[in-house]
Parts: sequence; structure tokens; C-alpha cells
Amino acid sequence: MRGSLSRGELAEPKKITVQAGLRPTRRLANAVMKQVFRVLTYVVVAVFAGIVLYIFVRALPVLRLSFITEPPRHGMLEGGVSTCIYGTVALLLLTSALAVPLGVAAAVYLNEFIGWGRRARLVRAAVNNLAGVPSIVFGLFGLGFFVVFLHIGASLLAASLTLAIVVLPIVIVSTEEALKAVPRDYRLGSAALGATRWQTISKVTLPQAVPGIITGTILSIGRVAGETAPILFTGAAFYLPHLPDHPRQQFMELSYHIFAMATQASDITKSMPVAFGTTFVLIALVFAFNLIGILYRAKLRRRKAW
Amino acid sequence: MVNPVVKYESFSFWYGDFQALYDIDLDVEPRSVTAVIGPSGCGKSTLIKAVNRISEMEAQIRIDGRVLLEGEDVYAPGVDLVSLRRRVGMVFQKPNPFPMSVFENVAYGPRLFGVTKRPELEQIVEESLRRAALWPEVRDRLKSSALRLSGGQQQRLCIARCLAVQPEVILMDEPAASLDPTSTQKVEDLIIELKENYTIIIVTHNMQQAARISKRTAFLMNGRLVEVNDTEKMFTRPDNELTEDYITGRFG
Repeated sequence: MRGSLSRGELAEPKKITVQAGLRPTRRLANAVMKQVFRVLTYVVVAVFAGIVLYIFVRALPVLRLSFITEPPRHGMLEGGVSTCIYGTVALLLLTSALAVPLGVAAAVYLNEFIGWGRRARLVRAAVNNLAGVPSIVFGLFGLGFFVVFLHIGASLLAASLTLAIVVLPIVIVSTEEALKAVPRDYRLGSAALGATRWQTISKVTLPQAVPGIITGTILSIGRVAGETAPILFTGAAFYLPHLPDHPRQQFMELSYHIFAMATQASDITKSMPVAFGTTFVLIALVFAFNLIGILYRAKLRRRKAW
Repeated sequence: MVNPVVKYESFSFWYGDFQALYDIDLDVEPRSVTAVIGPSGCGKSTLIKAVNRISEMEAQIRIDGRVLLEGEDVYAPGVDLVSLRRRVGMVFQKPNPFPMSVFENVAYGPRLFGVTKRPELEQIVEESLRRAALWPEVRDRLKSSALRLSGGQQQRLCIARCLAVQPEVILMDEPAASLDPTSTQKVEDLIIELKENYTIIIVTHNMQQAARISKRTAFLMNGRLVEVNDTEKMFTRPDNELTEDYITGRFG
């Protein structure tokens, strides 16, 4: 464009008045694109709201308080899903208890100790690839390794171990992000006082990263709650009359229950509302966990400067 | 001259492949303020950070020559960085108090070295804050967040934090660069007072500041030590033409 201008034009640029700042076509393009992006954003919101609303409507026939307080009865077509809720919560807690310490330790090592050398790149590549593995692969691995090879048996423990591997990359990546966000000045200040690396990490860096680690845990919980494939062969039961009272026992779980009701039931007219009801409960449960995490994180952030 | 506390002996320093310091020879007198001046990027910070070896945390480094702390080579194999940094404190350009209470900030160092008894900690904290001329301002808010203090107070808190581990040498990397004139004044007064008991090496952009507080001044350019002299002489009759050009503001 510049090249096509003559020297005279360059020497004396055309005055731009406030009214005629933009050409009409540019103004139009700007307005149109703004609307396009706006509509696309609303599409996302609408899809989400649509899904929740659809599930809620389809679940209405079974949604009563007893649905979450009673165990399934009569071929699981009646009663509630209390045993599945119990199993899911137990699975979420046990998985977090296994994955969070391991993931945080790995992230601390990566970010605070080995930095960006070749070894670190290799480990990061492994972590990223772990995140990309389809979850059914983990299910089969869990069956082969935890259930059979380690003789743990199909159980809450085996399923939690399997799921812990699934969520490990999420915990590691989010913890690393949280650690990176801690100002370097703190690390330098601490080291300059004669702190060892571990002293700096335990007294300054990690405490600062806790809100971010909680975010990672929240994300991973959402992921765990939705996974069916990894628990399919490792511990989820189609039906159990009793609650498990030991991690070595099998358990019922919401997402697997949805799968069972949607595909394995004899009477589809009766089972579909149960499947949707269970779905609704699952979504509500994940929201509840997220809410607790967000509130706790907000509380921690407020405490920072008092 | 008395025995130097810190002595650079044909010291060169590289960040990766970039050479930041060339063949520095410099003696730092005990219980006095030595100012390091020079244009941006000339290696002033690198020079002082070479003493407590803090640059190693941020980059791959390489050195040649020696830096002696009371006769001991700080780059010798087997040097314990923890004890080195306990003896050589540092105050950074930007105040960097930890996101903890005022008390915890000052108690941080002593705690690292195993002081756990509350009365002992309280005594160290009060003593350090007094020496940093901050005690009257914070005595009633020891438990509130250090991040609530003003910038100048934060910097004096960082000085107190540094004093709490009883260093011999204090490195200061433009400690007043981010402060307003009143706070700068307070920090300068404090430095003049501290030199009675500590050896201070201070990097500064501000030549009046160097003239006001230091006994000796080192002028660095492009990683080379151009001149080191008594401050008074340096700012009136420098030996080197480059120094004169710099301090009279012909470049910088």
C-alpha cells in the first residue's frame, strides 16, 4: 500500500477529521463481526442451558427426594440412586487423595527442581501424552495391572487407582501453572536469606500455590465424576444390594448407572427417566463439588492480604 | 587499606554465552558503603549478585577468577550456599516481603536456622525492626500482612528481614529505585547508620545517592570496571575520562 503512494502524499498526509475517521465499509465490517461473535458466544451458552434443561425435563418423572435417599429397587427401575451417589463420592474422594499428592509432588519436582532441561522436557512430554490417552485404554490397563496383576481385584481401590492415573496430568499441569504464578521475587528473597530449596517451597511457594492446586483438584473431580470407561472393568458394579464398606469391595457409580440404564435395561420406557434422573444428580453433584472448591479458594485468596 | 571483606580477583562472569563481567579486580572495605554505578545493563547487579551466588537460581552461569569472602573463595567446590547466603544478605530492587505478617517476615530467616522459641524470636524481630528504623511504625501491627505496608516500609522491612540473620555483608540492588523521595531519604539514612556494623555494597542509578552515602565508588561500563576510587575523589577529580563523562551526565 505504502509503495503505491506518491511522495507528495507521504509528505503531506490527509487530515483525518473526527467524523470521517473510519470508512463506512470498515465501520460496517466491525459492527457485523461484533454481532457474529456475540451470536456465537450465545450459542455456547444456549447449548449448555439446553442440555441442562433437556435433562431436567426428561428426569422430572423420577425426581423426588426419595430418588437421592433410597437405593434402587425392582430391577433398578424404581427407588433411587443413593448407593450410586455414595459410590461416586467415595470414588471422587479416594481418587483425589491418591492423585493430588502424587501430582503436586511431580509438579513441584518439575517446576522447582529440574526446570527446563532435557530431562524436564521428557517428563513433560510424558505427562502431556498421558493426558491424550483415551480413557478406555486406562480402563483396560487398570484391569490388567491393578485388578489382575496386583491382585487388588475389581474394587473401589482399583477403580480409584486407575482414575488417579487419568487425572494425574490435569493435577500436574494446573499445579505447575499455580507454581509458575508465584512471583520469582519470593523465591529469590527466600534463597537470599539462606533457605534451602525445600524450605522455600514448603514455606513460601507451595502455600502461595494452594488456590491454584485446588482449582486443579476441582477440574479433576469433574473429570473423574464423568468417566465411565476407566471404572468399567476395574470396580463399578451393575447392581449391588448393599453399600460397600471397604475399598476392596465393588461399588455402584452414577455414570456407570446411566450407561446401564440407557443400554442394559429390559423396559426402556421405565429405565430412560431413571437414566435422566441419574444424569441430573450427577451434574448436580459435580456442580456441588465445584462450588465448594470455588468458595474455599475465594476464602484463601481473601486471607492473603488482611 | 584494611583487609577487604570481599575481594574480586580477575573475576569474569557469563550468563550462558553472554559475558557480563570482564576481569574485575575490586576490594571491598569492611564496615563501609561501597557504591557501584554505571549505565543500565553494565553488569552492576551481576557484580554484587556474584557474592551471594543468587544469579545461579535464574540462569546457567559460568565464571572465571575468584570472589573471596574474608579470604574464602565463594565459588570453590564444596561451598555451602546456605551458610554463604546467611553471611551475605541481600536487599532487592523491588521490595519483596513475603505474603505473611510483618512478624513472620522478619522471623523467617531465624526460623530457617532453627530458632523456634517464641521469646527469642520476638527479641530478634524487635531488634531487627529497630535497626531498620521501622519498629515505631509497625510495633502495633506485627500481626497484619506485610503487603499492607507502604513501599518504603516494605523495603525497610526487607532490610530488617535481612538483618535478622546477622549477615556480615549486605548487598543492595538499587534499594530505593522504586521508592518516593521521602522513603528514599529514610532508606539512605538507614544505610548510613548500618555501615557502622555491616559491610554494604550498593548498586545505584542515582549518582547523588552514591555521593551521599558511600565511602568508595566503583564505576562499571560494559562489564568492565573503569574506575574505583574514594567517592569524594571520584565525584570531584576522577582519574578516568570515561568516569568524568558519565558522572557529568554526558551519557548514561
